[in-house]
Amino acid sequence: MQGPILVFAESSGREFRKSAFESVTEARRLAELSKTEVHALSIGHGVKDQASSLGKFGADKVSVADDEMLKLFQPDFYRQIALDLANKINPSVILLPATSSGKDLAPRLAIHLNTVVAADCTELEIRNDELIATRPAYAGKVLLKVKMKGNPKVATLRPNVFTAREVTPPTSPRIESLSFQKPVTRMTVKEFVTHGAKKLDLTEAGIIVSGGRGMGGPENYKILEDLASVMGGVVGASRASVDAGWRPHSDQVGQTGRTVSPTLYIACGISGAIQHRVGMINSKVIVAINKDPEAPIFGFADYGIVGDVFEVVPALTQEMRKYYGKN
Amino acid sequence: MRRVPDTATRIKISPDGKSVVTSDTEFVINPYEEYALEQGVQLKEKHSGEVTVLTLGPEKSTSIILKALALGADKAIHLKSENFPDDPSAVARVIAAELKTVEFDVLLFGKKGVDDDNQQIGPMVAELLGIPCVTQIVKLDISAGKATAHREVEGGSIVVEAILPSAFTAEKDLTVPRYASLRELVAARKKPILVKEPQQLPGALEIVSVQYPPPRPPGRVLGKGVEAVPILVKVLHEEAKVI
Repeated sequence: MQGPILVFAESSGREFRKSAFESVTEARRLAELSKTEVHALSIGHGVKDQASSLGKFGADKVSVADDEMLKLFQPDFYRQIALDLANKINPSVILLPATSSGKDLAPRLAIHLNTVVAADCTELEIRNDELIATRPAYAGKVLLKVKMKGNPKVATLRPNVFTAREVTPPTSPRIESLSFQKPVTRMTVKEFVTHGAKKLDLTEAGIIVSGGRGMGGPENYKILEDLASVMGGVVGASRASVDAGWRPHSDQVGQTGRTVSPTLYIACGISGAIQHRVGMINSKVIVAINKDPEAPIFGFADYGIVGDVFEVVPALTQEMRKYYGKN
Repeated sequence: MRRVPDTATRIKISPDGKSVVTSDTEFVINPYEEYALEQGVQLKEKHSGEVTVLTLGPEKSTSIILKALALGADKAIHLKSENFPDDPSAVARVIAAELKTVEFDVLLFGKKGVDDDNQQIGPMVAELLGIPCVTQIVKLDISAGKATAHREVEGGSIVVEAILPSAFTAEKDLTVPRYASLRELVAARKKPILVKEPQQLPGALEIVSVQYPPPRPPGRVLGKGVEAVPILVKVLHEEAKVI
């Protein structure tokens, strides 16, 4: 494989997203294998000062487009900047995080570069100088290994799957400022409307406390919010509870919701139907709390407690409060 | 609109290890495209106009086309191909070529197919046509030749305005699909379906192998009720080392 590895290092506001570090780390690994450079691209507003921090993860060069108009993800602007850079440096591989922006940007770039995207990859390998991407399909019921015929190879990386690792010694990346000329567009990005106090998206959370039909109603999610808050996690939901209108769709874990891979997933009152299972099966550790000992969730949870969520969850919150107070 | 296995289906891998078995699978309209279709029908009901569904797929796609016509589409274009490559860029090129011959204001896609999960076709088609595309939308309003769409992103939504014609890809929250009545299912059979042969393009995405995900090692039930809670905290800390 010839040509550098180009990484879209996504920011949220002025800070890099965790997935930016994950993508740069994976790019570094591939670059070592194919003896090439890691070239990161940072787009946003007020992001210039943080660009060199990508050296911690092994970036050799960082191109920065910093402009007020780039504060929020605007597909036409971001696509133009990334496309111009790709045409200039001829990368062998382009990596983007499989976030809402990355998943929007990757196909736009790919079609202009006459190639295709390996989407939402969970593993990349180089075999006989070819990139092989592992990606879940059918919501993870199967894993595909795919090869792309065109060049460059474009892949989006599922957040929380690749581990960000600092390199020693850190690199001192060359920083390049890209001038931004606003392309013709018929799209205007107006504003970002936040869902509220929740800071982390489910796909980026380390701990998820999720509730299903067994929660009985929207008012009962308070006990899950309490547990999540003590543990520094976020609350998720099953399709049944979202379809019942108890929780917003943005909380849904499963085939028609989010696919998550947190360190710890606590499923409360969730039976574990296949469409839910595929959305959370890649969690590092799964805990199930359910009063039905026959619930399918006990078939794939690492640890289970058979019991009433309304008794067990508040007790767990108490115990976690003690634990976190001590440690 | 895509024909995909129902989400409750178990997926079996073919003996050659390079594809999945679909012979005894129940197929449905891709759920995200049902949300998109419902949005199209609602726009028609509000602003008048016509809803056309376009599908690229085998002969058997007729069943989902009839379903879509029963759900409120006025006519259909079926790009009939038995073995079109599983490559979103090839699919996008064929769809874009067809759309160049059609006039439209609003182009709706599902955000992804629940089969291959590629999530690429909508924005690729829009780029090929040179029109705006707002992905993963949960809300869409049209007025005076302009669309205001809310796209769902991490932690919130982004409000985007786009001048028509524009493309959009539907997220689950966009609409709640209606059910078709028996009368509508019968009436659907009288609606026009234009069948065409798409150009066969080579696929750029080659499947090397299909595997089942590695099974999770069996877990264990720690106990019943609140008595098991301290044990859980202990194993999460000492054994699993996740807290």
